[in-house]
Parts: sequence; structure tokens; C-alpha cells
Amino acid sequence: MADLLARAVAPAVDFTRIGALWVRASMAYPVSFWLLAVSSFLITGLDFAGIVVILGNIDDLGGFGLHEIAFLYGASGLGIAFADLLVGRVERLGQMIRLGRLDVMMVKPVPLLVQVCADEFALRRLARVLQAGVVFGVGCWTVDWTLPRVGASVVMVVCSALIFFSLFVGLACVQFWTTDSAEVASAFTYGGNTVTSYPLSVFPSEVVKALTFVVPIAFVSWYPALFVLGRPDPFGLPSWLQHAAPVAAAVCLLAAGLAWRAGVRHYRSTGS
Amino acid sequence: MPAVPVPQSAAPHPSLYAAVAARSFRRYATYVAATLAGIFTNSVFGVITSFVYVAVWRANPTAGGYDVTDAVTYVWIGQAMLMTVCMFGGGSPDALASRIRSGDVAVDLYRPVSLLGWYLAADLGRAAYHLLTRGAAPLLVGGLLFDLRWPLGWELLWFGLSLPLAVAVSFALRMLAALSAFWLLDDTGPRSLLNFLAVFGSGLTVPLVLFPDGVREVLTALPFAAYLQLPADLWLGQRTGVDALAALGLAAGWAVVLLTACAWVLRAAERRVVVQGG
Amino acid sequence: MTEPLVEARDLRRTFTVRTRGEGRREVVAVRDVSFAVHPGEMVGYIGPNGAGKSTTVKMLTGILVPTSGHLRVAGLEPSRHRRRLAQRIGVVFGQRTSLWWDLPLRDSFALLQKVYRTDPARHSANLDRFTELLDLGRLLDTPVRQLSLGQRMRGDIAAALLHDPDVLYLDEPTIGLDVVSKGRLREFLRTLNAERGVTLMLTTHDLQDIEAVCDRVVVIDHGTIVHDGSLEDLRTRGGSTRTLVVDLVDEAPPVDVPGATTTRVEGPRQWLSFPADASAAPVVAAVAAAYDVADLSLQEPDIEQVIRELYAGR
Ligand SMILES: Nc1ncnc2c1ncn2[C@@H]1O[C@H](COP(=O)(O)OP(=O)(O)OP(=O)(O)O)[C@@H](O)[C@H]1O
Ligand SMILES: [Mg+2]
Repeated sequence: MADLLARAVAPAVDFTRIGALWVRASMAYPVSFWLLAVSSFLITGLDFAGIVVILGNIDDLGGFGLHEIAFLYGASGLGIAFADLLVGRVERLGQMIRLGRLDVMMVKPVPLLVQVCADEFALRRLARVLQAGVVFGVGCWTVDWTLPRVGASVVMVVCSALIFFSLFVGLACVQFWTTDSAEVASAFTYGGNTVTSYPLSVFPSEVVKALTFVVPIAFVSWYPALFVLGRPDPFGLPSWLQHAAPVAAAVCLLAAGLAWRAGVRHYRSTGS
Repeated sequence: MPAVPVPQSAAPHPSLYAAVAARSFRRYATYVAATLAGIFTNSVFGVITSFVYVAVWRANPTAGGYDVTDAVTYVWIGQAMLMTVCMFGGGSPDALASRIRSGDVAVDLYRPVSLLGWYLAADLGRAAYHLLTRGAAPLLVGGLLFDLRWPLGWELLWFGLSLPLAVAVSFALRMLAALSAFWLLDDTGPRSLLNFLAVFGSGLTVPLVLFPDGVREVLTALPFAAYLQLPADLWLGQRTGVDALAALGLAAGWAVVLLTACAWVLRAAERRVVVQGG
Repeated sequence: MTEPLVEARDLRRTFTVRTRGEGRREVVAVRDVSFAVHPGEMVGYIGPNGAGKSTTVKMLTGILVPTSGHLRVAGLEPSRHRRRLAQRIGVVFGQRTSLWWDLPLRDSFALLQKVYRTDPARHSANLDRFTELLDLGRLLDTPVRQLSLGQRMRGDIAAALLHDPDVLYLDEPTIGLDVVSKGRLREFLRTLNAERGVTLMLTTHDLQDIEAVCDRVVVIDHGTIVHDGSLEDLRTRGGSTRTLVVDLVDEAPPVDVPGATTTRVEGPRQWLSFPADASAAPVVAAVAAAYDVADLSLQEPDIEQVIRELYAGR
């Protein structure tokens, strides 16, 4: 039992150790380190300021006010921020393949994904978590809290992180086949984050259905938030969808896991 | 990506810079998969933002002095300019930064070509490629999916004039960030700060016209406005005649000031390399 | 005989490559290769550029999945049990490092102890020993980016060994090293094998590495093994010859003795060649009996020449 537990936490421990070493290494350039820390906080911070500016020109967007949008934005933002913190580096898989770094990682006894994701770990990615957390806090102001809503919010953020986690990993696997089309993934990860930062009521219903049943990105904020905010679904879709985020997350994780396994088996290294 | 190579010896001649630009264009043209992937991503972001702006302008049909067609057109011009001016960084200054880190730059500094001219030419070549592929393609996609405003006559001319200025201004700023590597060794900090300013200050996050008075005026006067807000306003016919000329003059002024700053910093860097022995 | 540590049977790996003009094409990088390596062996793996050496090593380490064939290393199927296998093997890629660029060697080593979960006492004993053998003492606190190529290679080799692997694979470890560094590295590999019985598999383009370190050579060309045996076997292989250099007291017409042919005459010096697998004694005796000999020397077959012929023969 204890052994099983040790086996389960080992990847997390390895991730922390490798990540910590990278943080130490980045301290070799202190000026750059601090500039990066400050600028990444500002970049993420002013992202929401953009929405505030927009709402300075109108009363509500798609029937949702600033606080409600903050709630949506925060849920999606926290999810992608946690996912980015843990696995964001997987975007650089193609580069690691081209430089032969992946070969070196593959002969170490740590899961490959852990090594890829801990590579060049940077603390500044916490800035994003912090920023999204603040906006989420602002959004929470407007909620009429009950126990089920608290629970639903926690589940929402966890599932949001898991869905973005799966998108990062699953789409990065494309790079096992073609190393220079990494950008396609951004359309789904960062694009997904942008979509779900707004109330989906601003999009046509076909788009929303695609975001529900094809790429289930709508579950990172929209459906759970409808429940927590006590709003009816503007598209009249069944209300059980508002509790289906864990199912969506599980499906995404499974798909990403299969894609990763297929990718590693297909891996062909470099010719040099 | 390989660094931009500098020739063994060559007299600075206009045709040399043209050749540099052409080579840079062709080099980018070899990454077909990356280009297609980028066009796809630009288009997805264009679609998302278009829907949001349609909702915004439905709620306030005259926000920022735009109508809904202006707003959606603005979105797609933004996607077209994104890579053309490297809002997220990149281009030839990145190559220079890595040569500074590796020390190879010491060789470049002693060559009888203008280093600044060389890298500017390379970046213009890149920008031309990105404009024709990652600029034009999303615009076409946008035109198919949404009702856009297309420029005719003067607007097209003003817009065309603003493009090289946009690239020159953005090049000079990226160059300054890259040159900081002479002192800091690692330029990722200044670079990401610049990206942030570019994305926000250009009007990519939100059109500058939506900002409250005062803030808007300041942002419009900064060089970042030349990246997107200015070309878009010229395309949309928001600024015409003398107003357009004045705006272009301001952008040209920024280009001159910033390129001069680059030259000056380069000279300081050169002295530093001489003192430190590279 | 002990169980083989590495066992490959009909191992094959193909790559589909897209070339402009020709379209898709299959490249057979390794073509139905079979061999076995027993514990404690030191095997040199040589072949011309593009022969399939690195591809083989990548399959043995689990990086590449074989297209077909049977492969076992330490009883495991490498690509399936890659992480378990990683505990038992050490790998050094000559052209890339597994060390942290901006950190001192010491920090990289410390992380490796955690990553491999090596017993701390064992780790520090190993570190001390390798520091001594590889002369790393003064380098431990230097950031890796400030190390020279040879110094970094020593660091990489220590890094690959700290967890006591049974097998060490080295893909072109001496590439770019100077004569002295190469010599020290070879010396180290011999010591390593003698002290700890580590099995070595080494690819290289420098035959002196093989001569100095390996007791067995596998030659691969175009994905096929063309020789597997001792260095001696390789020398005496396929019509190769040894040469007796005879210094006569006076100039003479070409020497004529049974079992040898004179290939060259230069003043009083003559070169007689005879099959490499024949004994030199009868030839020497015959020459000494018939001529006034001032001096004699024997030249072993030129290994480079043998290998050149081997590569060209295909
Ligand atoms: N990832 C890959 N994709 C396509 N072809 C490859 C790949 N890796 C190797 N090859 C091809 O397989 C063949 C064998 O390559 P390999 O790297 O194993 O040779 P090698 O013996 O290590 O050569 P060298 O001495 O040059 O290192 C070559 O023809 C090479 O082009
Ligand atoms: Mg090789």
C-alpha cells in the first residue's frame, strides 16, 4: 500500500526536483529573471483589463455582466494556468525532438512526459495562476453561495485544469509526426481559453454545440458556471450538461493518454 | 532556426540588401507546414474575436466610432498584422540575440556591412512573406465568413504606406530588446516585456478606440499604435487626407528615432565587445 | 556460458523518408541484424556513416521501436520497459549532453541521484571514484557551459555511470577529443570494465578506440553485420596479409622463398608478404638460410586497410 502510494507520487516528486533545478539555473541571469516575472504578471493581468475596457462601452455582453464574465474568465483562466504550469512545456516537444533532447530524456527512469513538462520550468508561470485567481475572486463576489455551488465551483476548476492539460498533451503529440506544426495546438488551447473567457451566448448555437460535443471545451467554464450562477441555458440545452464536466475531463484525459502512447511508439528520433 | 549568416566581405550596396531580403523570404517559405498551421490558428482566433465583437457592437452600435463591419474588419486586419510585425516577437532580431549569446556576433561587428541594414533587410523579407501568407490568407477566410470592409483608392494607398513603417518600428523595438543581450546575456526578459507592450499597445487585445479618452490619446501617440491601430484606421477610412498624412508622419518619426537608437546602442555594444574581447 | 545481456535476433528498423521529387521512400537503417553480448564484454560497433550504428543503439536503449525482430536487454524488451531498463543501463551520446547547461556539474549529479533513486552512500562512493578516475575534482563546481568539450564528455560519462548500470552504451564518445583526452578516456573504460565488470558497447569512427578498449568488433554496413569477432579475426580476415620487412646486407634481386611473395624492393630493403593466418617462422627461417640478413621486422595487417576493403566490398 505504502509502496503503491510512493509509486503514485514519484512522478510529482521528480517533476518538482527537475523543475527546481531549472529555476535555480534561471537565476544565473537575475535581471532577465525579474523582468520576466514582472512582465508575465503584467501580460496576464492586462488581458482581463481588455475585457474591462470593452465593458466600459457596453452594459453587458451576451446578457452577462462584468462580474459574471469575471467568473467565467477566472474559471477558464485558472484551468489553463494550472495546466500550463504543469504541462505547458509540452508545446516545445518538436524542438526537443529536433535537438535530440528527447533521446536523452528517454533513457532516464522518469516518465517521459514528466521530463518534457519539467524541462525549463519557470516560476513565472505562477503569475498566470495568481492573475486568474484574482479575477476568479472578483467573479465569486456575484455568486449566491450555497453548498452545492461551492462544490460545483471546485469541481469546475479541477475539470477545467484537466481538460486544458489533456488538450496541451494530446495536441502536442502531433509533433511526433510533424515537428513544425506546433501552432495548430494553440488554436485549441489558447483559442479554447479565449472562447471560454466569454459567455458562450455571444456565439452561434452550432459553434456552442461543437464546443460541447466535438471538442468539449465548453465544460471548462460555461456549463458549470451556468449552474453556479443560477442561469438558464440560453440555448436550451439539457441541464445535466451543467454537471457533466467530470465526464468531459475523463474523456479528454483518455484521448490524450492514448495519443501520447501512440506518439512515443511512433517516435523516430533524428537522423544524426 | 539558423542564424542569419553575414557574408564574408561585401561592399554595402543596395542590391546586397535586396538579396538579403529575398533570401530571408525564401527561407521562411520552406516551412510550409508551419505556415499552414499558423494560418489555421490565426483564422480560429479571428472567428472567435469576430463573434465577440459582433456582440459588443450589437450592444453599442457606435462604440469607438466604429460600426460592426469596421469592428469585424479590424479583427481580421489584426490577425493579418500579427505575424507581419511579429507582435509576439521573433524575426531577424532573435537570430541576432542568439549570435550575441553564443559570441558569434563579434565576427559580425567587424564586417564592412551595416549590421543594422543587414538585419533590417532580412526582417523586411520575412515580413513580406508573412504578409502574403499569414496576412492574406486569414483575411480571405474572414472575408468568406463575415462581411468585411475592403479599402479602395486612397485608403489602400495609405494602408500600403503604413505597412513598411509598421515593420520598421517593430523591427527597431525588437532589435533594441535583442541588443540588451550584450549586457544581460539573456534577452528573454526584455523581449517578453516588449511583447506585452506590443500586444496591448498596438490594439490587438482591444482596439485602442475603445479606451477612455486620455488613455486612448496616449496609446495612439506611442510607437505601438503603428503596429495595428494605425494601419487598420487607414484601411477603414477612419483617418484620411491630412489626418492620414500626419499619422503616417508620426509613425515615420518613430521609425527614424528608434532606428537611430538601435545604431547608437550598437556602437556602444561594439565598444563593449572591443573592451571585453568578445 | 552466462545468459546474454543483450540479445538481438533479426532486428530491423525502417524509416519512411519524404524526399522532394521522389516522394516517399523506405530506408532500411538496420536490416535483420542478430548478435548477442555477454556480461563483461567490451564490444566495438563500427561502420561507415549512415550504416545504422546509432539506430541500433537507439533500439537497444528503447528510444526507437524496432520494425521487426526480437530484442532483449537485461531480460527486458527495451521499448516496452524503457523506464525499467533505464535503471540498468547508462547511455552517452557523443554530440549531446544530459547535463544542466547553467549549473555546476555537482548539481546535475545530485539530481541524478534522486532521479535514479540511487542509494546515497553508493552514489557518493561512485562519485568519489569517478571524480578521481576522470579527474573531475576541479570541475565539479564549474557551470557546464564553461567546460571544454573533453571536460564535458568526462562529466557526461560520470553522469551515465553513477547509478551502477550493467551496460554502458557510448555513441561516438571520442568525437572531437584531443589525443590525450582520448587516451585517458580509453584508459578509464578499461578500468571501469576491470573493476566493475560493466559491459561496454561503443560506436566510433576511431579504430584506435577499438584497439585500445574492445575485445570484440562488430562491423555494420548498410544495416547488415559484415563482421562479428575479435580484432584479430578482423585482421586476418578475407585475404589480408602480414608483411616481413627484410634488410639485407647487400642489394639483391627480389628474394624468392616458398610461402611468401616479394612486393617491393628498395635498395637492400625488401618487403615480403604472406597470408595473415600463416606462421611467420618458416618464412623467416627460409630467408635467413638463403641470404645475409642485417635486420628483420614484422608488420601486422593494417586494420584500416582491412576495414576499407570491407566497406568497399559491398
Ligand atoms: N529519424 C530518422 N529519420 C529518417 N531516416 C533516418 C532517421 N534516423 C536514421 N535514419 C537513416 O538511417 C540510416 C542509418 O542511420 P544511423 O544514424 O543509424 O547511422 P550511423 O551508423 O549512426 O551513422 P554515423 O556514423 O553517420 O553516425 C541512415 O541512412 C539515416 O539517414
Ligand atoms: Mg551515428
